[in-house]
Amino acid sequence: MGIKALKPQTRSTIITYAIVIVAFFAVTVLDGMGFISNSLSGQLVPICAYVSLAVSLNLVVGVSGELSLGHAGFMSVGAFTGVVAAGCLTRMGVESEILLFVAAAVIGAVAAGIIGFLVGIPVMRLRGDYLAIVTLAFGEIIKNLLNNFYIGVDDAGLHFSMTDSSSLGMTQGAILINGPKGAVGIDKISTFALGILLVLITVAVVLNLMHSRDGRAIMAVRDNRIAAESVGINVTKYRLMAFTVASALAGAAGVLYAMNYSTITPSQFDFNQSILILVYVVLGGMGNISGSIVSAAFLTVLPEVLRPINNYRMLIYAVVLILVMVVPNTKIYQRLADAVRSKLRREPKVPVAAAEGGEADE
Amino acid sequence: MEVLANIINGASLGSVYAIIALGYTMVYGIAKMLNFAHGDVIMVGAYICFCAVSYLGLPALAGVLLSVVGCTVLGIVVERLAYKPLRNAPSLNVLITAIGVSYFLQNAALIIMGSDPKSFSSIIALPALQLFDGRLTISATAVITILACVIIMVALTLFTTKTKMGKAMRACSEDRDAAQLMGINVNSTISMVFAIGSGLAAIAGILMCSAYPTLMPTTGSMPGIKAFTAAVLGGIGSIPGAALGGVLLGIIEILARAYISTQLADAVVFAVLIVMLLIRPAGLLGKPVNEKV
Amino acid sequence: MSKFTDFAKQRREGTKMVPVPSVSIMPERDLGRAPALECLHLGIDFGGLKAVDDFNITVGRTEICGLIGPNGAGKTTVFNLLTKVYQPTRGTIMVDGRDTAGLDPARVNRLGVARTFQNIRLFNTLTVEENVAVGLHNQHHCGMATSILRLPHHWKSEKYYHERALELLDIFDMAGLADHEAGSLPYGAQRRLEIVRALATNPKLLLLDEPAAGMNPSETAELMENIVKIRDQFQIAIMLIEHDMNLVMNICEGICVLNFGKIIAKGTPEEIQQNDAVIEAYLGKQKEVEA
Repeated sequence: MGIKALKPQTRSTIITYAIVIVAFFAVTVLDGMGFISNSLSGQLVPICAYVSLAVSLNLVVGVSGELSLGHAGFMSVGAFTGVVAAGCLTRMGVESEILLFVAAAVIGAVAAGIIGFLVGIPVMRLRGDYLAIVTLAFGEIIKNLLNNFYIGVDDAGLHFSMTDSSSLGMTQGAILINGPKGAVGIDKISTFALGILLVLITVAVVLNLMHSRDGRAIMAVRDNRIAAESVGINVTKYRLMAFTVASALAGAAGVLYAMNYSTITPSQFDFNQSILILVYVVLGGMGNISGSIVSAAFLTVLPEVLRPINNYRMLIYAVVLILVMVVPNTKIYQRLADAVRSKLRREPKVPVAAAEGGEADE
Repeated sequence: MEVLANIINGASLGSVYAIIALGYTMVYGIAKMLNFAHGDVIMVGAYICFCAVSYLGLPALAGVLLSVVGCTVLGIVVERLAYKPLRNAPSLNVLITAIGVSYFLQNAALIIMGSDPKSFSSIIALPALQLFDGRLTISATAVITILACVIIMVALTLFTTKTKMGKAMRACSEDRDAAQLMGINVNSTISMVFAIGSGLAAIAGILMCSAYPTLMPTTGSMPGIKAFTAAVLGGIGSIPGAALGGVLLGIIEILARAYISTQLADAVVFAVLIVMLLIRPAGLLGKPVNEKV
Repeated sequence: MSKFTDFAKQRREGTKMVPVPSVSIMPERDLGRAPALECLHLGIDFGGLKAVDDFNITVGRTEICGLIGPNGAGKTTVFNLLTKVYQPTRGTIMVDGRDTAGLDPARVNRLGVARTFQNIRLFNTLTVEENVAVGLHNQHHCGMATSILRLPHHWKSEKYYHERALELLDIFDMAGLADHEAGSLPYGAQRRLEIVRALATNPKLLLLDEPAAGMNPSETAELMENIVKIRDQFQIAIMLIEHDMNLVMNICEGICVLNFGKIIAKGTPEEIQQNDAVIEAYLGKQKEVEA
């Protein structure tokens, strides 16, 4: 008996949850013993946010098979909506930080989900690289629009303007979003525990969705769109479903991220941010949730570890990125990997790969 | 008159986009990859020219030549080292590699040249053109940029249709395996496309920095994205499409800046792209691809 | 000839063919019931080329119908039209008495048309069981929220998919392969899995595009048996494209021959074997052969 007796699917699910929970306890214990440096403990919440983002983007890129280059856009929608919501609730007298955070995260997720859905309706008509460029464009549009948002709250309620902060017409109260200067005066209520909770929820949503009727439909569309249509699956519906759920989860992660800083600006959530999240997903493996978790955590910590060689750390990061992609495709590596694998394998798998035309599309 | 001036400025900016977009579109056509590092080659090109002229005191033309040669070599080296091993890898891995190359170039530039913006002195030392009794002023840079774009377009069209190398290139874009069976050296053809694209990127970088003289390690990324957008707008893989998309995008951007809002200009540009793609999903001059069942 | 010749002959003795082939070749037992499929003047143009033109056919509710013709005759195009992968340029398609005009492939499947593909199209990274479960998608519902929250109904649905999938896989003795990745199966098993997946959608008409392609004679023999078994068990119409004449002549009750996008003959296997137009289409004109 034991873990090997389980179905591979169940096994990988258990491992995924275990990674998160063990990491949580390990970090908490190490932190208690003073083993975690200040700069690293400051990264704990962002790590959780990036892990959530990577897992949610994996739902689009890995599970649904659509290349999205605008994930940071949905993250920023969540972040800014969450900040505004928290600002309003604080003003209404809500004091419990947990309640504030949960409310902000839910509102941020709903807002990002709605935007994701609206963006998805036209976008899901496109395919492949065209879809990628349009998500990129939407990410840039969201950033550009947020750069021109001025939102304040006072006793009379919310004020909104797209010209400048003085046109909000407020004499008292607080400005929540100040154009390119971004959201200012945020309550830093995100904690590592809340971060882990969000990671667990994100992982649960994605894994439960993957291993269900709808998830199978999403993966079927990814594997073979025409075959999926031929068995009665509404292709657009399932592409849109994955995209919307992922956007909502990105929104919640955005709230977690924003509530860790006193200020966030729209330009933080640009194309490069989207790419960063995509790198986590590709490095962790398509559709591989535990892979996304590990690679997001590792790649967020890496620049911190490299901090002593400050000037060269991003250069090294770039080299690592290229090597990780290129080395497995070199002949020497493949020969080595084959040798190791044949040593490890006790018996060959039963079915033989289809030799003729199995994967042909013409 | 103001509108005309804006359109000409737009066409000039658009010509820069078009030249960069050519690199994107040719690489996409032949290697089926989105080369996100292409934008940073522009930056490298501009830095080489800047160093040659400002530090070495070379004449402008020598700077341009040095820059083109430098970028061409850079393009070939990058292709050989980073992209060639991934010829049969999933396209996303190639994309991530391209992003790695982009980070590498930006950070290498940061270490070598520093983060402070360099002021690029225009290499075009000609007086501005005065038309309609001085009511319309067109800078020499704008004229030369547009001219350069036209010359490059014509040359590339002739190259791809008339020369043996150009035909090999088109054959590889159409069907790489079949081209190989016909005795075309696919690897050297792809290298050549990267060489041409990177050389053009150097020219685009110099022209762009002549018009907008701040030069930083991140200078190339936004024009890179815009040019990529232009390539998709025109129909990715199509050379005339890249030119059309680039020029259109430049004009739209300048007009939006002038008449809608400076801050929202980029949003307008991307919104136009989205609307266009919804009407014509394969871009303006792209051919729709039907999957065979 | 194999033992299946007799098998098929026995089968046909019970079903008297309608004597006028050009009007209808429906088996008698299906007469008086709405046909599974009816095409009227169906056609599609690719550019200027009439890939399929004036395609008329009526397929009875439990008929096995063959669609044959030389390469490039437009057989797969007909399947693509019937499943709306291509939208027809003209003509009507009625499935179970209902017009499919304006429907997309997914809706047509829900109306009762399922198919397999000439070049196998499985969900390669999913397991065999999951492939069939995807086929069962519209047979049982379970909402997204229910699944994400793992409510009791989700577990009930999963049980249904699991049990039903194994039941269907059993038709081809494939239940033992349930946990294997579909893409890793041998070629013949992939072809069979495609048929099971199509059956899972509970079709009224099953379209098989070259089901015996790449199979050896013993596999083909087994396949023939299974096709008839499926028809008897599920009481559905089956239309198949096949180049293996042994298979076609033995199990098809009606055959339709296509050449250059047009029907050149319709009738029983015996009629088709003696039809001059068919012989000409396959072998060329007698004189040319001699010359």
